Amino acid sequence: MLEATKLTDPREIQALAQPAPVASSAPIVNDFSITAATKNGSGSQTANLTLLRALFRMGIPVSGKNIFPSNIQGRPTWYTIRVSKDGYIARSDTTEIMVALNPETALEDHNNVAPGGVFIYADDIKMPLHRSDLHYYPIPVKEMARQHEADPKLRTYVANMVYVGALAYLLGIELGEIEAALKFHFKGKAKPVESNMRVVRAAAAWCAEHLTKTDPFRVERMDSTRGLMLIDGNTAAGLGAIYGGVTFAAWYPITPATSIADALNEYLPRLRRDPETGAPTYAVIQAEDELAALGMAIGAGWAGARAMTSTSGPGISLMAEFAGLGYFAEIPVVIWDVQRVGPATGLPTRTSQSDILKVYWLGHGDTAHPVLLPGSVAECFEFGWRAFDLAERLQTPVFVLSDLDLGMNQWMSEPFQYPDQPMDRGKVLTAEQVNATRGFARYKDVDGDGICWRTIPGNESPFAAYFTRGSGHNERANLSERPEDWEGNMLRLKRKFETARQLMPKPIVDLDPEAEVGIIGFGSTDPAIREARALLAQQGLRTSYLRLRALPMNDEMTHFLAAHRRVYVVEMNTDAQLAQLIRLHSPQDAPKVRSANKSDGLPLTAKWVSAAILSQETQR
Amino acid sequence: MTVITNGSAAANQRPANVNAIGLAKADYKGLESTLCNGCGHDSISAQIINVCYELGLRPERIVKFSGIGCSSKSPAYFLSRSFGFNALHGRMPSVAQGALMANHHLIGLGVSGDGDTGSIGIGQFLHLIRRNLHMVYIVENNGVYGLTKGQFSATSDLGQELKHAGVNEFPPLDLCHLAITAGCEFVARSFAGDPKQVSEILKAAFSHRGTAVIDIISPCVTFNNREESTKSYSWGKTHDERVNDFGFVMSQEEIQVEYEPGEVKEVEMFDGSRILLKKLDGSHDPTDKDAALRLLREAHDNQLFITGLLYVNKSRPNLAEVYHLGDTPLAYLPESKLRPSPESLQAILREMM
Repeated sequence: MLEATKLTDPREIQALAQPAPVASSAPIVNDFSITAATKNGSGSQTANLTLLRALFRMGIPVSGKNIFPSNIQGRPTWYTIRVSKDGYIARSDTTEIMVALNPETALEDHNNVAPGGVFIYADDIKMPLHRSDLHYYPIPVKEMARQHEADPKLRTYVANMVYVGALAYLLGIELGEIEAALKFHFKGKAKPVESNMRVVRAAAAWCAEHLTKTDPFRVERMDSTRGLMLIDGNTAAGLGAIYGGVTFAAWYPITPATSIADALNEYLPRLRRDPETGAPTYAVIQAEDELAALGMAIGAGWAGARAMTSTSGPGISLMAEFAGLGYFAEIPVVIWDVQRVGPATGLPTRTSQSDILKVYWLGHGDTAHPVLLPGSVAECFEFGWRAFDLAERLQTPVFVLSDLDLGMNQWMSEPFQYPDQPMDRGKVLTAEQVNATRGFARYKDVDGDGICWRTIPGNESPFAAYFTRGSGHNERANLSERPEDWEGNMLRLKRKFETARQLMPKPIVDLDPEAEVGIIGFGSTDPAIREARALLAQQGLRTSYLRLRALPMNDEMTHFLAAHRRVYVVEMNTDAQLAQLIRLHSPQDAPKVRSANKSDGLPLTAKWVSAAILSQETQR
Repeated sequence: MTVITNGSAAANQRPANVNAIGLAKADYKGLESTLCNGCGHDSISAQIINVCYELGLRPERIVKFSGIGCSSKSPAYFLSRSFGFNALHGRMPSVAQGALMANHHLIGLGVSGDGDTGSIGIGQFLHLIRRNLHMVYIVENNGVYGLTKGQFSATSDLGQELKHAGVNEFPPLDLCHLAITAGCEFVARSFAGDPKQVSEILKAAFSHRGTAVIDIISPCVTFNNREESTKSYSWGKTHDERVNDFGFVMSQEEIQVEYEPGEVKEVEMFDGSRILLKKLDGSHDPTDKDAALRLLREAHDNQLFITGLLYVNKSRPNLAEVYHLGDTPLAYLPESKLRPSPESLQAILREMM
């Protein structure tokens, strides 16, 4: 039925028969998905982000998911924009409007359009067009790019603006908002805005002249995004860290975490120069690898800086030894893990939640770490600053587990809340305090919360110094191999972890007193779970929802489990990792815990979540 | 070898048992060593104590760093009033970089070994040098793993025999040559059995602007002290060839000795201190990088044990200078300097709308 597609002579395209348009039904307004299928490195991201922001500026709830390859140039990439009048922003598993610019995937893309959908394609792609249930719009993309861009090197980039113009015409996206979005993208630079707009206008005009709209899809201005922003989680994380007073960051390039460091490098020079001296109040170092990145951050945290690093799975693996040292030597440091698919190199440009078990216990021996689980870009910002307070309060590495979807895609959000409490620098003794007692015991639990007092290098008291080591030590930080010293220290660290349990952000619980079924999730799956609950409710299944925001878990989890007969743990990994942790946390409720887990590299959809739960409910 | 005496006016007026900042030698001591009797590392520790005392460095300003191994245990045995960080095996450089960027007023003193630096830690060692972190980096080089009882390291001699490990089939790395190649601007080699030379080199190293690497051959009396080993006491004593002879003059001191014009070459250090090099026949000029590399290569090829100041320069800015750090250390900046205003956040968020 299908033959391989390839670029062909325009004359062949002329020979292709246009399919008969499907009879138009009632208009479908602000409720569909658009997918642009292009080649990586062709500049399509500018077109996609422009479309996303233009729709957002029209007051319509949107979300954008970039499904891209681990490649610089030439491999297929897809960008899906979901337009949802109801405000659902999870990935949709259907595409109603496909824009096909990549000959390599055009047939597959064509087959993936939902029945009744739209297929917009570059007219130089030879397509055996055969579906009677689609609306076809061939566009002379190359020809228009040639006409509007004298520089052949820029033509590929400009070609993407052709589909922006075509969609503007076909869907009714306001050209003024497209221009505003381009201004945002190019940071107000007039020249690229104008050259891109020229193509957009020309393409829209060409479509108006040559195409007859037969499909039912439209956008209409709404008022649902007023006061909201569009931002990615990694930028939010970087900003959060800056408002949390980060003074030292070390990192090593890795997808999908690199843009956290990018955000630091973009905003720190603007926000964090000493107003009196002009000197930077920060240092960001690109390390030689992730071992060094965490080593530097630990050295800085030990010496009193607010120190962080950011990485993804493979980097986390390399950091394991240092994570154990940080735990045992009790050094504050913040580690962001923007998760991607593993094991091994895995799928570096696809999302997952498969590091939760590893990160929680990262290190050899009896380690356990507080882990923050942001579920939105706003929480990426909030945990960006709060993580430093927790790390310095608890004197331990604090992990923040984001993922590629949350970190690298654009999300609508309320403006971030400025930190509502002053920085907590934790238990630090001054020179006067140490002098008064003529010394101190670095690892003595004075207050009963497992957290000891520390001094910071540069403290001028002759009694302030101590020797930090990863080997066994007694309360005065001296080397000790005495069994009671070792055990006492480890048990005190467990007490400290109990303190952490109380300090970590509580889960967000939406309790339906009538519901027998509970859903537990964390991180970027939140929109899919919310939408799934609505779908389940339509099917007559009422659910409660607990969104976990941190490890270790506390009583809220216990109560939630107790309040339901069956609890489904939704997560993006193959081993149902969080479900396993929950069973460990509440053994008495372990039989209630079921899994709705999936890992294929793509963000979960509401339809999948609801089906995964319903199928288990009906099998009962 | 010293061509000057400590002759500053201040030194003449203070009590004999304290230094320029009024501290006694005991204020620089550490815990009792647990290394083997006669270990070269202990004599280096003794020189660290002497030098810090003589230079009048405030112990509270010094931060000790080390990795893992016998050498890396030794920071517990000197400068108890200094903070110390015994890090991971081979990872001391990264920890030191973080700590000394957090507080660039601290004086960094790293002690590592040949396994810690040359084997597991060679990457971090070279990258530390590339970034030119301001610190003194001592390699206590005995050509063997002591704590794990006698395995070869990256500096073990080709053909070296050890009781359990057998014969070493691989050539040694020359840490000094590598350091110069990586951009180090203070590179010296010494011998733990020559405390005076260790002392003069160490004094000069503390005056250096960036990373100062001192490779000190420090015999392991338990596992690698056989006569034929180039890391043994007897080899060192019979084969040590000093490539130059020099003395160190602190910045506030006056030169007290007379010398003939042309007899001494003066090298000014970054902090105003000076090194006075005796111009002996054929003595190595440590400001000549090519000569230093050539010398090291020849010594390496012929298994010669050369010691002295191999290379010194002060042209490269150190890491804190590259980052233009202000006067207040990052670690001591108050919240008012660290958390930008609510208005600034609003302005940024508006741009995202």
